[in-house]
Amino acid sequence: MEDNLKLTCLYDKHVALGAKMSPFAGFMMPIQYSGIADEHIAVRTRVGMFDVSHMGEIFISGPDAERYVNHIFTNDVRGIAPGTILYGMMLYPTGGVVDDLLVYKEFAPDSFLLVVNASNIDKDYEWMLAQAPGYDVRIDNRSEEWGQIAVQGPEAEKVVVEVLGWPGAADLAFYTFADFECGERMIVSRTGYTGEDGFEIYASPEMVNRLWDDFLKAGVTPCGLGCRDTLRFEAGLPLYGDELSADITPVEAGLSMFCKLDKDEFIGKDALVRQKAEGTEKKLVGIEIFDKAIPRAGYPVELEDGTPVGVVTTGYRSISLDRSICFALVDSAYSKLGTPLWIRIRKKVFPGKVVKKRFYQTNYKK
Amino acid sequence: MSKIIEGLLYSDSHEWVKVDGDIAVIGVSDFAQAEMGDITYVDMPEVDDEVTKGEDFGALESVKASSELYAPVSGVVVEVNDALEDAPELVNEDAFANWIIKVRMSDESELDDLMDAAAYAEIAK
Repeated sequence: MEDNLKLTCLYDKHVALGAKMSPFAGFMMPIQYSGIADEHIAVRTRVGMFDVSHMGEIFISGPDAERYVNHIFTNDVRGIAPGTILYGMMLYPTGGVVDDLLVYKEFAPDSFLLVVNASNIDKDYEWMLAQAPGYDVRIDNRSEEWGQIAVQGPEAEKVVVEVLGWPGAADLAFYTFADFECGERMIVSRTGYTGEDGFEIYASPEMVNRLWDDFLKAGVTPCGLGCRDTLRFEAGLPLYGDELSADITPVEAGLSMFCKLDKDEFIGKDALVRQKAEGTEKKLVGIEIFDKAIPRAGYPVELEDGTPVGVVTTGYRSISLDRSICFALVDSAYSKLGTPLWIRIRKKVFPGKVVKKRFYQTNYKK
Repeated sequence: MSKIIEGLLYSDSHEWVKVDGDIAVIGVSDFAQAEMGDITYVDMPEVDDEVTKGEDFGALESVKASSELYAPVSGVVVEVNDALEDAPELVNEDAFANWIIKVRMSDESELDDLMDAAAYAEIAK
C-alpha cells in the first residue's frame, strides 16, 4: 500500500466485501463491489449506499459566524433557518474555486457545519483560517471524528426510516437536515450526489460501522466511487478537479445560481460580476456524440476543420441513457445548445452536438 | 486466477495470438478482460488498415477507463469481429473465443518476440 494513504472507518468492511480498492483524494477507497453498472442501476431503481467518510467536516461558530460564512461562501446564509442546507462555493479573489461545499445551518445559535471535498480538506481549512482575522469565530476541523454514509435511491426513505427506527426521516425536505438522538449526535441530511432522492448520515466511526451492517442486512447495495461518478455525471453535477478548479469560475461552470451577487460582498464577487457583464471566454457544456465511442477527460473538442475549441472534463457511455455524453469546457462561441462539435478519440473524430448538462431527469424529493 | 490457454502466443501488453498460416488471430487475454471489468465498447480498426507491432490498433473501454490494444505483430487487417460492435461484453464472457481482429502478417519472425503460455503465466498475475 502507498505511504500516507488514509483509511476510512469502514475500510475493513470494504475489504471483507471484496471491493476493488484504489487511492482517491488521499484515501484508500472502494471503487466497486459487484460492478459499476450493477451498482449504478441499484441506485437508480432501488437503493444503494456509499462510504463517504472521507469528506471533510469543518465547524464554524462564534458571534460573527454568519457574517464570516457569508464572506467566504458564494450562496447567502443570512437569516436561514436552522436545519437548512445550502450548496455553494468558496472562491479566490480571481473567481476561481477553492472548493464547492455544503453549508449546514446548525440548531445551536451562531453555528454552521461546512462539508467539503476530501481532496481539499487541508487546503480549505488553511484558507478558512487565513480569512478569519477580523471575525470573532472558532474554526474547528473535525473531519477525522465523523464518518458518513450516503443512502441513495427511490427506496432510500423507506430503508432509512426502517434502519433508524425513526419515521421522522420521511418528513425531511430536500436540502434540510435534523439531529437524530441515539446516545450520540447523528446528523440525518436529505442530500446526495446521485440525482436520486436520498440521505447523507453523519455519525461517529462506531455508529457508522453499525449503520453499514444494518443497511446491508436491510438489502441496500454497497456502492463504490466508480458509480458515484457515473451517477453524479448523469445528473449534471460537477466534480471539483474536473468541472471546477482554481482555473474555472462558477460562471464558466454554469453555477451562477449558487452565487448571490446581490450580497454586499463575498470573496470573488467582483470577478464574477465582471464575468457576468463581459461574458467568459470558455463555458462548460454537455456534448453528445452519435456513436458508441466514449469521450474521456482530456480528449480534444474540435470544429469540423480540426480547429481545437475545448477539452472534455468528464465523459461516459451513460449507463442509464445508453448515450455517449460528456462535459466539456469549450470556447463560449460554441456553447449554444445544438451547436455541432467534434470529439477526437484516439485516431478518430466523432461528430456530436451541444446538449443540456443535466443528461438525466433527477428524482429529488421536493 | 485467470485462464491461460496452451498453444497461443502472448504479448506483455496482454494480447494473445493464434497463428493460422500467415494469419494472426488477435484477442486479449482473460487476465486483461478481468482487469478491465465490464467492457462497454471495443474500438477496432477497419479491414485493410495496416497495424504495426507495438503500436495501438484500437482500445477496450470499460465504464471507468479505456485501455489501448497493441498489435503483437505487423500486417494488414483482413477481418474484424463485427459481433463485438453490438456485444462488447462477449470479451468478458470468453476472451479467448472472442477474437478482435485477424491480421495477414508481413513478418512472421515477429512471432519470436511473443511469449508462450508458461512465460505469460508469470506476468499475468
